[in-house]
Amino acid sequence: MLNTTKKPEDTRVIVGMSGGVDSSVTAALLKDEGYEVIGIFMKNWDDTDENGVCTATEDYDDVIKVCNQLDIPYYAVNFEQKYWDHVFTYFLDEYKSGRTPNPDIVCNKEIKFKAFLHHALTLGADYLATGHYAQVRMEKDGTVSMLRGKDDNKDQTYFLNQLNQEQLQKVMFPLGGLMKQEVRDIAHEKGLSTANKKDSTGICFIGERNFKEFLQSYLPAQPGQMVTEDGVVKGQHEGLMYYTLGQRQGLGIGGSGEPWFVLDKNLNENKLIVGQGFHHQGLYSEGLYASDFNWIDDVVRQEPFSCTAKFRYRQMDQGVTVHPKSNGEAYIAFDEPQRAITPGQAVVFYEDDVCLGGATIEEAVKTGESVGS
Amino acid sequence: MQKIYVDHAATTPVHPEAAEAVMDILQNNFGNPSSIHQHGRQARKQLDEAREKLASSIGAVPDEIILTSSGTEADNLAIVGYVHANKQKGNHIITTKVEHHAVLHTCEKLERDGFSVTYLPVDKDGRVNPEEVEASITDETTLITIMHGNNEVGTIQPVTAIAAIAHNYGIAFHTDAVQSYGLIDIDVKSIPVTMMTVSSHKINGPKGAALLYTEKGTKLTPSVTGGEQERKRRAGTENLPAVAGFAVAAVLAQKDMQNHYKLYGQLSEHFITSLTKNEVPFEVNGSNQNKLPHILNIFLPGIDVESSLVQLDMAGISASSGSACTAGSVEPSHVLQAMFHDDQRASSSIRFSFGLDNTFEDVEYIAKEIKRIMNR
Repeated sequence: MLNTTKKPEDTRVIVGMSGGVDSSVTAALLKDEGYEVIGIFMKNWDDTDENGVCTATEDYDDVIKVCNQLDIPYYAVNFEQKYWDHVFTYFLDEYKSGRTPNPDIVCNKEIKFKAFLHHALTLGADYLATGHYAQVRMEKDGTVSMLRGKDDNKDQTYFLNQLNQEQLQKVMFPLGGLMKQEVRDIAHEKGLSTANKKDSTGICFIGERNFKEFLQSYLPAQPGQMVTEDGVVKGQHEGLMYYTLGQRQGLGIGGSGEPWFVLDKNLNENKLIVGQGFHHQGLYSEGLYASDFNWIDDVVRQEPFSCTAKFRYRQMDQGVTVHPKSNGEAYIAFDEPQRAITPGQAVVFYEDDVCLGGATIEEAVKTGESVGS
Repeated sequence: MQKIYVDHAATTPVHPEAAEAVMDILQNNFGNPSSIHQHGRQARKQLDEAREKLASSIGAVPDEIILTSSGTEADNLAIVGYVHANKQKGNHIITTKVEHHAVLHTCEKLERDGFSVTYLPVDKDGRVNPEEVEASITDETTLITIMHGNNEVGTIQPVTAIAAIAHNYGIAFHTDAVQSYGLIDIDVKSIPVTMMTVSSHKINGPKGAALLYTEKGTKLTPSVTGGEQERKRRAGTENLPAVAGFAVAAVLAQKDMQNHYKLYGQLSEHFITSLTKNEVPFEVNGSNQNKLPHILNIFLPGIDVESSLVQLDMAGISASSGSACTAGSVEPSHVLQAMFHDDQRASSSIRFSFGLDNTFEDVEYIAKEIKRIMNR
């Protein structure tokens, strides 16, 4: 926890509550520590269906139940417009450009730790707490470091890589030092009504729905050819946006030999490049170009340095060397070739347990292509 | 911390005498009014007495009162029940854009069921123009439903003029008088309304009781079928405890109507003076002349209603935006939208609605808190 001169009972903490078990336990733990805790539910998306059923209403009902159990006030706030403007528009734009966006990262950057944090501060909060699996540590020089959550399997620093000092100074992650199972156990011990609630999966605004159908209702699909690297047509694709690099499912290419995988997308010719074998050479890169760097300690790196990195959520750390360029972008050289590096996703950097920050992957440099840094 | 309740348009505290009446029935008169034995008769007597009091409070006779569980249910019965029972006459309904959702969503549902509905616009005061009502009447029009006093801004509609128009054309006229009843003397014999909705919990009565006045001879398809209660237009064992409390609250409200009217007017005025004194920039949403005294809807330029309501709550002040909430978050008010066609104004306005317990000190405190919020 951050050091603070205020006593817990004089410290107002607003907890972002989703109606899930993690944020429920977050509120419960802070309440136990004696903080003045207020729960606030964010409504970012209206998914009311033709029967009037809306998951937000159901989730908010869970927030109400838990807050009443904890005897804390609760409210809701509507960020639908901001979410649409900053997150959903970005999400569609990235798909339009043939990339694979990561809306959770942008949501954390623009909504949860910007609009929502601002809302919390307006309401006189000293801190905003969330149920993220990450840790904050106040350093001697007053900067706040962000560390991985203790539960390796749940660590969410990948999604929080765009946070800055101003935000982290005001943030609490009470679950950062806990294992997911411990969180469930606490919820059961306290008899919280959300103790058995299933963890949400996938992108929040799509939820359990069919991803392809969802995307189809916003972006027109442009079917085209599926071809090998040598230009042999293997079939039809339903629209490049429905495919992710390294994907095996849903290609529908029969025949003998090893399974087929998506190697690349050719946006200009609307072609999906496919190849055989999980370890197909065309899936491997030796480095990547990245932009939109955020360094959590606010110190811009100008000299090359080595650290570890993740290119997707829950991946094992990989050794890399960061080669900053003068335009603020950088080339990231891998110690070992990496499979299915996906433009639009984030590359996030670590030094031991400290998350240094991250950037957006622009382009993978395939193994064998020559690179000048 | 102070606790100031200024959300009486949402619901009101139960008057002790009404609560006593509820308790008395709960403890001493549990019978079913439909039963033929002594317990039933005792309950029936109470029910008839309550119905008589409620009827006379609006100049009606007891047979014209259909008891329901809520104002919403009464609105549903009036609208759905009437248009279905009179389908052979036509399929067109006239209403306004500023009705309560109990009316609006019911009309929208009827549209999906094949009826046609005209939603009339309102002016900046929130008033509908009777000439427009008349102009939108067609051969198919069977029902006009326009509220008496608006729940968000307090604007009173020209119901007398509209009722006269409806009467001339032989069209039924329903008015939701939930907010006006108890503050405005409404005599159904002097205003030719066909149906009128009144609710208990807005006039310091208990929740769970409301009524639909239905002029004798009005055909209605029942909303709930079952037993013979409410002359077969609304089946189900009567909620006698709530009805008894409702009747007591109605009598009290009638008795002190002028005093209440005056008190709320003074509170509103003093609130406005206090805001001015605190140099709070504001505008009143609604009408100056034609308004309910207890509802004051205020546009506070630049504020965010969601955050302001939370800040008021933290300061012990219970107010409201007046508009609907989904998943707890405030939706832009359809009433303010219809009046101003301005999203910004709709999301920067707060409704304060006064009641018996409010004092001048209360409104002074609220004005100071608003000043504090606006300075943040």
